[in-house]
Amino acid sequence: MGGAALEVRDLVVGYGPVRALRAVSLEVPEGSVVTVLGGNGAGKSTLLRAISRALSFHGGAVTGGTVHFGGRPLHSLPPDRVVAAGVSQVPEGRQVFARMTVDDNLRAGALGSRGDRPAKAAALRRVRELFPVLAERSGQRAGLLSGGEQQMLAVGRALMASPRLLLLDEPSLGLAPLMAARIADTIREINSQGTSVLLVEQNAALALRLASYAYVLEVGEITLSGPADELAASDEVRRRYLGVVDEDAAADASQADTTHPVLSRWEG
Amino acid sequence: MTIFIELLLNGISLGSVYALIALGFVVIFRATEVVNFAHASLLLAGGYITAVLSDDIGFWLALLTGIAGAALVGAAIEFLVMRRYRGADHSVLAIVTIGVDIMLVADIGRRLGTDILSVGDPWGDRVLTIGAVSLAQTRVAALLAAGLLITAFLLAFRYTSWGVAMRAAAENAGTAALMGIRLGRVSLGAWAVAGGLAAVAALFLTVFPTPGLEKSTAQVAMKAFPAAILGGLDSTTGALVGGLIVGVTESLATGYQGDLTFLGRGLGELAPYLVMVAILLLRPAGLFGTKELARV
Repeated sequence: MGGAALEVRDLVVGYGPVRALRAVSLEVPEGSVVTVLGGNGAGKSTLLRAISRALSFHGGAVTGGTVHFGGRPLHSLPPDRVVAAGVSQVPEGRQVFARMTVDDNLRAGALGSRGDRPAKAAALRRVRELFPVLAERSGQRAGLLSGGEQQMLAVGRALMASPRLLLLDEPSLGLAPLMAARIADTIREINSQGTSVLLVEQNAALALRLASYAYVLEVGEITLSGPADELAASDEVRRRYLGVVDEDAAADASQADTTHPVLSRWEG
Repeated sequence: MTIFIELLLNGISLGSVYALIALGFVVIFRATEVVNFAHASLLLAGGYITAVLSDDIGFWLALLTGIAGAALVGAAIEFLVMRRYRGADHSVLAIVTIGVDIMLVADIGRRLGTDILSVGDPWGDRVLTIGAVSLAQTRVAALLAAGLLITAFLLAFRYTSWGVAMRAAAENAGTAALMGIRLGRVSLGAWAVAGGLAAVAALFLTVFPTPGLEKSTAQVAMKAFPAAILGGLDSTTGALVGGLIVGVTESLATGYQGDLTFLGRGLGELAPYLVMVAILLLRPAGLFGTKELARV
């Protein structure tokens, strides 16, 4: 049995003449959380779109390489078959259906599921257990939810298809630190229930805490990879993605704190 | 006063028929963001099938065949023509629909020639009289049928999976595809539903007091165009309200034409367009339309 492992081999993606990914290879073993780090424009979202086959909506195309999930090729399927195969994506920037109610958003998420009625009801129960707020706001328009609630809805909507692999595109984007931490807890919980996660993040500190294995993507190429704790300890990652500065600068910064008025954190 | 009530009721009935056409228009626009100029030809196709078959297989069966036929024509346009242009600019697609419309109307027009076909409806020219108010039975039937269809449509739009898929695709096609919603199917369904609704509208545009189905029926159908636009092209509520406004305006303007001779003849034909222009001056997105917002 190939299980539910994702294997990406030598993936090449272009937007017209622009190469966005060059021979990217990575693996998500069954039941694991794997993260891909990288700055803006590194090709992180492109990678996820290539896996979920949604590139054509953004004017891109896969020009080489393969994507296999549980031994089955995904790289030649239309997006609905990818969902049916058990791979769901939470798009960047949440993209909830703002004019539809929370419940209708969740129903839309279940449309791609191969499951029967009881399976869908079970998926809905699971989502509401994970995010009780979605049950409370069931009749409300999604556009009226807060940013964090919208992110929960976006994740819940993807879970309605009962995926075996969840692709998450920057779930912490634009969220307050407290809310980002809650989303992180939820990702851990979803993973512990048996769903593999491929997490794309700019917030490297958060991503490295969650993941067991990490890749660093720079201008369309994997430049570093390794177990998450090793990467988190490596100097290069600490300097470039975790914002750790040398100690003199840190001391200067703490002095500056005492001489200037400091705004307290706004906790909304 | 009696005349006013009669005109008003006639207008509402006519308006509900326009609303059926406008609804199909809006459904296609929401599902595919294409303004469908071929809508009148769908209507003509539905009406033609009904009229040709009603002598042989009876009215009701002919009507059902007409509805199914128009739905099929709509689906065929989507499948054979629109789908080939996927990814093209929406204004290009709108112009493609003009081409499709010209071809279909020309073909049906050739078959019709100068004939005026009767659809063989069971109501004939009978009149329903309540107190001093009398109303053609066809108008009553139109109002009931349109009301029933519109209610069924809105319920389906709101509660069925088809409706959820449709609304999701309308709001954000890319994300809907990520959910596993098949956009091709959504757009095929929209064209088929629009065709079916147009066939029912065709029936009520060709029964008494209209003489029957003729080439110019396609032009009558185009009055649903201002209905859809003044309601807001992307709003189902707008299509209903717009249809009623156009119907009532037309009916009143035609009925009181005698008192308005200083404006010249044929005001009834013109009035819907005047109302549309006036409303668009005040609300450029239509009464219920979504304003296009872009963040810079």
